[in-house]
Amino acid sequence: MNIITIENISKVYKVGDTEVHALRDVSLTINKNEYVAIMGPSGSGKSTLMNMLGCLDTPSNGRYEFKNKNVSAMTDNELAAIRNREIGFVFQTFNLLSRSNALHNVELPLIYSGISGAERKDRARKALVDVGLEERIHHKPNELSGGQRQRVAIARALVTNPSIILADEPTGNLDSKTGEEIMILFNQIHQTGNTIILVTHEEYIAKHADRIIRLKDGYVHSDEKVLDRYIPTIN
Amino acid sequence: MISLSEIARISVTSLRANKLRTMLTILGITVGLFSIIVIMTIITMLQNSIESGFSSLNKNTFQIQKWENIRVGGPRRDRNRKDITLEDFEQFRGLLKQAKYVGAEQWQFGKVVRFGNKETNPNIQIAGATVDAMRTNNWNVDYGRDLREDDVQYSRNVCLLGNEIVVKLFGNINPIGQELNVDGHPLKVIGVIEQQPQLFGQSRDNYVVLPLSTFQSFYGRRSRSVNITVMSYSKEDYNDIIEASIGYMRTIRKVPPGEDNDFYVFSNESMITQVNDITSGIKIGAFVVSIIALLAAGVGIMNIMLVSVTERTKEIGIRKAVGAKKIDVLLQFLTEAVVLCIIGGTIGIVMGVGLGNLAGSLINAQPSIPYDWVAIGLSICVLVGLIFGTYPAYKAANLDPIEALRYE
Ligand SMILES: Nc1ncnc2c1ncn2[C@@H]1O[C@H](COP(=O)(O)OP(=O)(O)OP(=O)(O)O)[C@@H](O)[C@H]1O
Ligand SMILES: [Mg+2]
Repeated sequence: MNIITIENISKVYKVGDTEVHALRDVSLTINKNEYVAIMGPSGSGKSTLMNMLGCLDTPSNGRYEFKNKNVSAMTDNELAAIRNREIGFVFQTFNLLSRSNALHNVELPLIYSGISGAERKDRARKALVDVGLEERIHHKPNELSGGQRQRVAIARALVTNPSIILADEPTGNLDSKTGEEIMILFNQIHQTGNTIILVTHEEYIAKHADRIIRLKDGYVHSDEKVLDRYIPTIN
Repeated sequence: MISLSEIARISVTSLRANKLRTMLTILGITVGLFSIIVIMTIITMLQNSIESGFSSLNKNTFQIQKWENIRVGGPRRDRNRKDITLEDFEQFRGLLKQAKYVGAEQWQFGKVVRFGNKETNPNIQIAGATVDAMRTNNWNVDYGRDLREDDVQYSRNVCLLGNEIVVKLFGNINPIGQELNVDGHPLKVIGVIEQQPQLFGQSRDNYVVLPLSTFQSFYGRRSRSVNITVMSYSKEDYNDIIEASIGYMRTIRKVPPGEDNDFYVFSNESMITQVNDITSGIKIGAFVVSIIALLAAGVGIMNIMLVSVTERTKEIGIRKAVGAKKIDVLLQFLTEAVVLCIIGGTIGIVMGVGLGNLAGSLINAQPSIPYDWVAIGLSICVLVGLIFGTYPAYKAANLDPIEALRYE
């Protein structure tokens, strides 16, 4: 079953008189429980594509179907609902509320799903336990390490049981050891049946996925299965 | 849309996180509400005191006198009013049959009363009264005997005393039958009058009552106008008797039809009306000043909210990224503005009521809270928050999620 289908998506930014073609005619399908890595040089359109898939941004042209629903035709409110229920987004820069503790940050999507206090706290706590942060529930982002912040962000992405996890360079701001810990987490998430799309610059990170899509100048340059997939282990 | 309690919680949390900015923002609102509430508190206390003071004093009573007790502004057009003479009073009493008591009284203030080698401070009030005036003033005899018609008829040198004078001059001696001295005139004490309820926290028992005729023989017959005091049988005929009295007085004093009364009817209502006349001007002034202050405060709130929206662009982006709808963000910022205004307003109200009561206690008025103005004030706060919070909230709600997330 495919979750995402995009056809001939393009995105054009106008900066002054010049047009920047961030994406050109990109077509893709992503199936349930796939683990996809997106690679490509800087400026090739990876983030633009992820934001589009995450319903944070809208394409200039083309068609986007999410679970057979036409996203291109959705209103702002419908897009907000899709972001809330169907998509878990993990950012390179974490994007946590700096004044709120880990628990509240993880609760945030549930507030906007209208889930009441007690259940919300339970689910948020459980998500934090799942990412190994039961000890840091009441810490604020500036009281956490980079890897721990990213775990909070992952817990926030997981807490709504979304259909897909989108992660734009989730290890980009982490050292390789911490990055590896995060990749172990993604692997576990994938093994429990989740669908993951992940942007990375690192070949060895990309090898954790079972499919690599390479972008170049806004085009899909290649789209291949990973033959020598790397399954991380906890040591 | 998420629940309002949730939105309120988010707003309060974020206001708490920015305590200093919150305090600065609400200062204007606090000042605006403070100024109106402090004035309204004092006015309410004054009104309550006057109302309770006079209504507990003489029920169903009014006075006819030459001039108003208090005058508000303007030149005196009625400088040449005739005195109300004893003859006017006698005629009036002959006409006004339907009243319970029709008395007359005159006053001298700041007198010294002597007994033996003791004397009072020069703050004693001397009243000349008829027997009916004893009743309309609610002067009832505690011990000794009451004033009688023949005391007035024969201008006897007798007097009744307020309690304070008894305490001051007589101590343990029984004052009845003793002779004391006022302005060189000997007076025999025949009775002591029951203590009067306090007015503005002041004792009112420092007075001496003589027969009106005796009073006039001391202080001159023509020198002063008499006050006519009337008590009706009941509340129901009170207003009718006032009407009738005005008619009789106009006849007696030959006031041509169409001209204003050349005397003043002083009743509880007229007193309250007078106080209201004075205070309504102050009220309007305070209201206008407060509205201007609140408008200025509102602009301040809008400014700070706009800064806050810019500062928190990233937060807005994060909220939108995880599924906040426009309305959620709109309500969050609108609620923040309203909560700010309510907090500021509440502080202003508490301070205003507090300071108002402090000031009122200096004149011994009863403590009170102007509930109507508290309600009006809080409504205005909410309104200011809504009016000046809408634009910043609208701006926040319409931020593009991806632009907002990118904001540094
Ligand atoms: N808001 C914008 N306005 C104008 N141009 C933009 C905007 N966002 C992205 N671009 C341009 O679109 C192109 C693709 O940008 P994008 O962020 O998707 O690259 P990327 O592949 O994620 O790069 P990196 O690996 O450095 O993160 C770039 O040339 C960039 O300059
Ligand atoms: Mg990028």
